[in-house]
Amino acid sequence: MQIRPVFTALRRHRLATLLIALEIALACAVLCNACFLIINRVQRMKMISGVDESSLAFVQLTGFETKGAKDLNARMLNGFGGIAGVLSAHVINTVPFGQQAGTFGISLERSMRNIPAVIDLYLGGPGSLEALGVKLVAGRAPQLADYVTLTNDFPSDAPVLITRSLAEHLWPGGDPLGKEFWSGGDYHYRVIGVVEHLAIAQPGSRGVASADWSAFAPVQPGPFLAGGYLLRTAPGEAPRVLRDARATAMKIAPDSVLDQDASQTVSDLRMRYFENDRGMTRILIGVIVSLLLVTALGIVGLASFWVGQRRKQIGIRRAIGATRGDILRYFLMENFLIVSFGVVLGIGLAYACNLMLMKRYELAHLPFYYLPLAAVALWVLGQLAVLGPALRAAAVPPVVATRSV
Amino acid sequence: MLSYYFRMAMHSLKRNKALTGLMVLAIAMGIGASMTTLTVLHVLSGDPLPGRSGSLYYPQIDPRDMADYGPNVEPPDQLSWIDGMYLLKAKRATRQALMTGGMVPLQPAQSSIYPFHAMALYTSADFFPMFEVPFQYGNAWGSAEDDSKARVVVISANLNDKLFGGQNSVGKTLRLQETAFRIIGVLGAWHPQPHFYQVYMGSYADEEDVFIPLSASRDQHMDHAGETDCWGNGGGDNNTLEHAPCVWLQFWVQLGTAQQAAAYKDFLVHYSQEQHAAGRFLRPPNVRLRNVMQWLDYQQVVPSDTRLQVWLALGFLMVCLVNTVGLMLSKFMRHAGELGVRRALGASQRALFGQLLMESGVVGLVGGAIGLLLALLGLWLVRQQPTDYAKLAHMDTRMLLATFGLAVCASLLAGLLPAWRACRIAPALQLKAN
Repeated sequence: MQIRPVFTALRRHRLATLLIALEIALACAVLCNACFLIINRVQRMKMISGVDESSLAFVQLTGFETKGAKDLNARMLNGFGGIAGVLSAHVINTVPFGQQAGTFGISLERSMRNIPAVIDLYLGGPGSLEALGVKLVAGRAPQLADYVTLTNDFPSDAPVLITRSLAEHLWPGGDPLGKEFWSGGDYHYRVIGVVEHLAIAQPGSRGVASADWSAFAPVQPGPFLAGGYLLRTAPGEAPRVLRDARATAMKIAPDSVLDQDASQTVSDLRMRYFENDRGMTRILIGVIVSLLLVTALGIVGLASFWVGQRRKQIGIRRAIGATRGDILRYFLMENFLIVSFGVVLGIGLAYACNLMLMKRYELAHLPFYYLPLAAVALWVLGQLAVLGPALRAAAVPPVVATRSV
Repeated sequence: MLSYYFRMAMHSLKRNKALTGLMVLAIAMGIGASMTTLTVLHVLSGDPLPGRSGSLYYPQIDPRDMADYGPNVEPPDQLSWIDGMYLLKAKRATRQALMTGGMVPLQPAQSSIYPFHAMALYTSADFFPMFEVPFQYGNAWGSAEDDSKARVVVISANLNDKLFGGQNSVGKTLRLQETAFRIIGVLGAWHPQPHFYQVYMGSYADEEDVFIPLSASRDQHMDHAGETDCWGNGGGDNNTLEHAPCVWLQFWVQLGTAQQAAAYKDFLVHYSQEQHAAGRFLRPPNVRLRNVMQWLDYQQVVPSDTRLQVWLALGFLMVCLVNTVGLMLSKFMRHAGELGVRRALGASQRALFGQLLMESGVVGLVGGAIGLLLALLGLWLVRQQPTDYAKLAHMDTRMLLATFGLAVCASLLAGLLPAWRACRIAPALQLKAN
């Protein structure tokens, strides 16, 4: 197969060639970046919360008198314990993918001169850490004596468990056990254990790196820790248990407000938390599909035009000995060259778009392997699109050469 | 002449239906996608109070300590209680209101309605006249109620419909967090979007259902929601917020002229200097005075995903346009022979150019019409999304006209190059070739 004649023919159709190449280049740029965005979103949606989502439900009550909070906790835990399918019930301030609670900046010095991290502090009653199902990787789980009494929204002095990523951030390479940190100068915490993962309530809202920067403080339920309840169920039982738990809560405390939005299974909270990302992924996929479709149709349209225009030349080539295969290969090769040209342009464009996106969004560099993949995708698309017109060209009989029109 | 061009264009377009269809489809898809995203961007970046937003300002000062201090650092987005109350009492602007949001448990008198959380705004008297909030029944409270921490409440039309069936409920009692409040006013229809005065409860949130004097809300220990940013030894405990080094209040002022605004900014600098000299502010004066639109811009209320979608759609439109240029070129060149005949019979290059452009204009118009339908479909899809701005995604007249404008411009632009190329053919050459 000779490439020279293809080149010569293309030079005579510079404008049309350039247009198709430009279209391929634009498609390449959008394709690379859209795929990259999809992968980013999918990774975000796969975020590890560290808890047993499928067997947890959360119930949130508010609007009760602080005086009666202790009594309310006792009645609630008792009521929830009576629901079939509930393995255990605990008081907790919030759960991953729930409402933000206990967020503060922490410092390694009492003077609070530097604030290296803003974290979520989970406050949970006895058994709640075990019920969450987080995996302990170092140190120990809280014992009964560790549960402190709150006199404020935050414990003023408490042992805490922190996540591995927070430990690594605060004390890179060091042993976090026994280390201390402060918040607001007067609040002091000592690390007794490290858990593998425990996502903050709104993971990703303060950046990707801090999605797992949380700590857990064992706290006795009381006036400052009340209204939020964590139910541990058998796997798959959570939705039914939640329905019963909501009814129970309204029966036990008819004057309190059951927060309908926050009272969900943790799986549902997760679903809702990533709703926007799912929507965006769908839109991106839609854009990619439409883009490839339009590009393919454009190639079909222009190739058909060229075939029509060159009917006579094709007839002559056939008459002087070219086989059908030769004609077919000619058009395939022509398309391959144009697409290759477009891809070369597209690589530059894709990186330009990526730089623009990086400036505006928290996005990494486009990985290099995207480009060969996009090129292959566009080559395949081009070959498929041109196949129809090329086959029609190959079907042109040699006798056309002898006709004058 | 135009009608003749139009007939020619229709005739030519009908001759090759598949190619025409392809061009129309490409334009329609590009326009549909772009207009859907542009309409969403348009409604989300709208002016919440047209005509007034220019004279409403959001003062910011910097009371923080030296931790994390650097040049060009923005002052915090909110005010502390001490500064907020000082600026409120100073009354240096035409009107001023201090506010923060919250969720208040509301216990209805009817047993048929379960207790629920009402979105509340704790504010001061000038809020209503400053934002020209319309009243259906009753009226707002005055500074006397602010001072006396009166247990009065203004409710939204929505809540009035829900609890009182839309009747005049002024004088009735509303139980909020186990305390009785007297209803003194019911708002009329009022839906400023974005929710500019309080962006912490959702930038496109519905309006609050209950409005309570800030003083009374503090007196009743009502929880405030939104952001509380503390520094130094600030704890952020709701009960001690008045004295804590924390910012948690929003403050708006009305300033009629640019001179007034400049004077107010000077006042803020003066106040900061005074506080700095007294040792309360550790940083040198660092103030901002943004009006509504500048504030919304600074807060980046328009979701970044929305902007991303616009870029994607415009990229897609570009591909569609380049595609149309290619198709148009092939279509025009296919009929080169015919164009040659017309040239030979005396049609000028200009006349041919006009005829060809008319053809692309018609494609653009039809593509625009179909694109409009696609955009309406797209907006309907946006409205099905569970975001707080979903309900706003509606096409308005301006965007409707813009759709057709964009479609016709785009297709004329796409037709320009092919038409120019096609009408430049030498008639004799084409005739000879045939």
